[in-house]
Amino acid sequence: MIKELENFKGFSAKKLPLADPLASGHRACQGCGEVLALKLAMKAIGMNSIVVSATGCMEIITSTFPQTAWNVPWLHVAFENAAAVASGTEAALKVLMRKGKIPQKHIDVVAIGGDGATADIGLQSLSGAMERGHDFVYICLDNEAYMNTGVQRSSSTPYGAMTTTSPPGKKSFGQATKKKNVPAIAVAHNIPYVATASPAYFLDLMNKAKKAALVKGPAYLHIYSSCPTGWRHGGDLAIEISKLAVETNVFPLYEVIEGKYIINRKITKPKPVAEYLKKQGRFRHLTDDLIAQIQRQVDEEYEKLLKLAGETA
Amino acid sequence: MAKIDAVMGWKKLDLGCVIRQPGSSRTFKTGDWRSQRPVVDRDKCIKCGLCWVYCPDLAMVPAEEGYYKVNLDYCKGCGICAKECPKDAITMVLEED
Amino acid sequence: MAKRIGMEVSIAASEAVKLADVDLIAAYPITPQTHIVEHLSEVVADGELDAAFVPVESEHSAMSCCIGSSAAGARTFTATSSQGLALMHEILFIAPAMRLPIVMVVANRALSGPISIWNDHSDIMSEQDIAWIQTFAENGQEVFDLVLHAFRVAEDSKVLLPVIVNLDGFTLSHVIEPIEILDKAEVDKYLPPYKPKVRLDPRKPVSMGMVGIPEIYTEAKKATDEALINSKKVVLKAWKEFGDLFGRYYNPVESYKTEGAEVILITMGSISETAMTAIDKMREKGMPVGLVRFRLWKPFPAPEFKKAIAGVQTLAVVDRALSPGGACGPVAEEIKAALYAERGRPKVYNFIAGLGGRDVTVENFEEIVSKAFTYAKKRPKQLYEMIGVREI
Repeated sequence: MIKELENFKGFSAKKLPLADPLASGHRACQGCGEVLALKLAMKAIGMNSIVVSATGCMEIITSTFPQTAWNVPWLHVAFENAAAVASGTEAALKVLMRKGKIPQKHIDVVAIGGDGATADIGLQSLSGAMERGHDFVYICLDNEAYMNTGVQRSSSTPYGAMTTTSPPGKKSFGQATKKKNVPAIAVAHNIPYVATASPAYFLDLMNKAKKAALVKGPAYLHIYSSCPTGWRHGGDLAIEISKLAVETNVFPLYEVIEGKYIINRKITKPKPVAEYLKKQGRFRHLTDDLIAQIQRQVDEEYEKLLKLAGETA
Repeated sequence: MAKIDAVMGWKKLDLGCVIRQPGSSRTFKTGDWRSQRPVVDRDKCIKCGLCWVYCPDLAMVPAEEGYYKVNLDYCKGCGICAKECPKDAITMVLEED
Repeated sequence: MAKRIGMEVSIAASEAVKLADVDLIAAYPITPQTHIVEHLSEVVADGELDAAFVPVESEHSAMSCCIGSSAAGARTFTATSSQGLALMHEILFIAPAMRLPIVMVVANRALSGPISIWNDHSDIMSEQDIAWIQTFAENGQEVFDLVLHAFRVAEDSKVLLPVIVNLDGFTLSHVIEPIEILDKAEVDKYLPPYKPKVRLDPRKPVSMGMVGIPEIYTEAKKATDEALINSKKVVLKAWKEFGDLFGRYYNPVESYKTEGAEVILITMGSISETAMTAIDKMREKGMPVGLVRFRLWKPFPAPEFKKAIAGVQTLAVVDRALSPGGACGPVAEEIKAALYAERGRPKVYNFIAGLGGRDVTVENFEEIVSKAFTYAKKRPKQLYEMIGVREI
């Protein structure tokens, strides 16, 4: 057990923090699952924080001049470098506190990126910052494609999904590659805390965000973030789809604390993946064969996860 | 549409275009994106707060006696609150023109 | 008291950074910048400097890390070269836009390809539009002095812009010269502690790096440009005060034997010292030539430059970078543009020399000057020419 987590009892639904680092008036699309995930994570981390955003949906919707949707200090520099920027802020705060130039009070430094900023263009700077051991939280808000630029595929786009650069056609069934496992990459850096989370399980998400902030050293949080615009689902379905992703084992919820895998929500009787896929326009073109193939992939991945956690189905 | 008040001269710009007013996006009223709005039936409401938790726009806010109310300045009308309300206490009604 | 000691110029650069008591250094190794950051990591490791040394995984992250640090209110330094500077390119524009007073030393080196670790100015001349204040050093003493000057100017509340100090890779960075190193008390007299006007602080939250919609992008650019143009006043004041304190005075444009000159040679960086030897030699022969060098490159010191070359009919501009397919090299381009509207403007001839570590010799300067005299009578066919290239 990590020392910093010993006294953390977890949030209770009846006593959630009232303060929100994120404010109303942001310009996210109607029913955006990503800003919902961000709101919850930041509510948990709290007001004594500094946020560094990578370029992307959450950056533009919160920072259109001259208004900011941030109630905490916030900095955006570019697309691929949120982790590097955050590492500079974190290291600078430590020195300034040591030299007595600012008060000695811990500040949580949080870097935020979408899946493109995390799994693709920013993977190097994320790896560098995790390897150097900066005391910061990296949150990947994974909506499984480049939504901000118009739904292009990323390495986090799931197999079979339609995007504007992985379109189904006579010679294509959509995304032909499997989703990159960034949490596993984070785990490979031997950092103290890695977790996946979903806004549908908000207490779980908030507890993980708080734990990520509490642990000393790098923490990586991978949050499932539905996108009604890019996934082509109804604006009211963010939570329903997020829940289905967990119930079908498409997006299992787990923590990796000091290298030890813990499955937080073990699904003993998973729903068929087809139930999840059929809710979203991005999978509408899939044949029964492809759906069966995706089902096999999901089962295999879950088996691997069970093994890592030392559990059996 | 909500007013964008960004038209200013360069001499008036703060250092590096920094914004010193936290949460100033509140002046940007996103409520006019809405085509339907949530109506809460307090007889059915059990004050669980899920609508508050799940609102992406921070438009469902704690109100008197533990209830929750919609801030129509920001509600974009997505309907997540109505969908997720465990007691079906919220219904979405069309905005009239 | 200041001590004059034999020291590698890279070490002198890092000694200046140490004396400036920086809070954070983020750096990625690249030849010929390495000795600067190696020495800094040593003084941090030995506790001589209380700073964070962040060994980042790329130059892109070095500049990003510096921005994160400077935005937190820390005095911040980095150094790079060539490909490293090119990799930073995207992020370089963002530091001045956010008015962050980062100081960077660039050990100037050729850009690939072909890959070359040796000196020229093609790295920095590819960064013309980044809105950083830029100075060029000719010798080790200047490197030391200009680094201190850089912090003083960058952090001035009227400036708040990042500064690059350029020094030639190897030919300057790796040579040992007698350099007067100021002591801490002297430096403290010159360089006050950094007091940021804006910083990331949860007690007083600000948002930095906003989306610049079309309604404001032009104004944002104008504000940065004005800040850069106006920084010259502080650049000059800080040099004056440096001179008054330590006896070494610097000017944005330096002249050498320009009285009565018919041709003026224009150089930047360490080749200027060879150029002076060439001028001495040609003057001895009775040739009316002089030398003008830029110490301040950005903001471009147009009035000082015009004054330095006033009355001269012919300029021979030496560029240490090529602008392939263009009208001329970057320095000549700037000079031509600055002089175009002047009455009785001089003829400007452009010579590209010293690419990728090729020596620029006294003989090369004699050849350049001699060509300039010829072209003044019979104009050349080409817009610029390369010196010392084998035409076979």
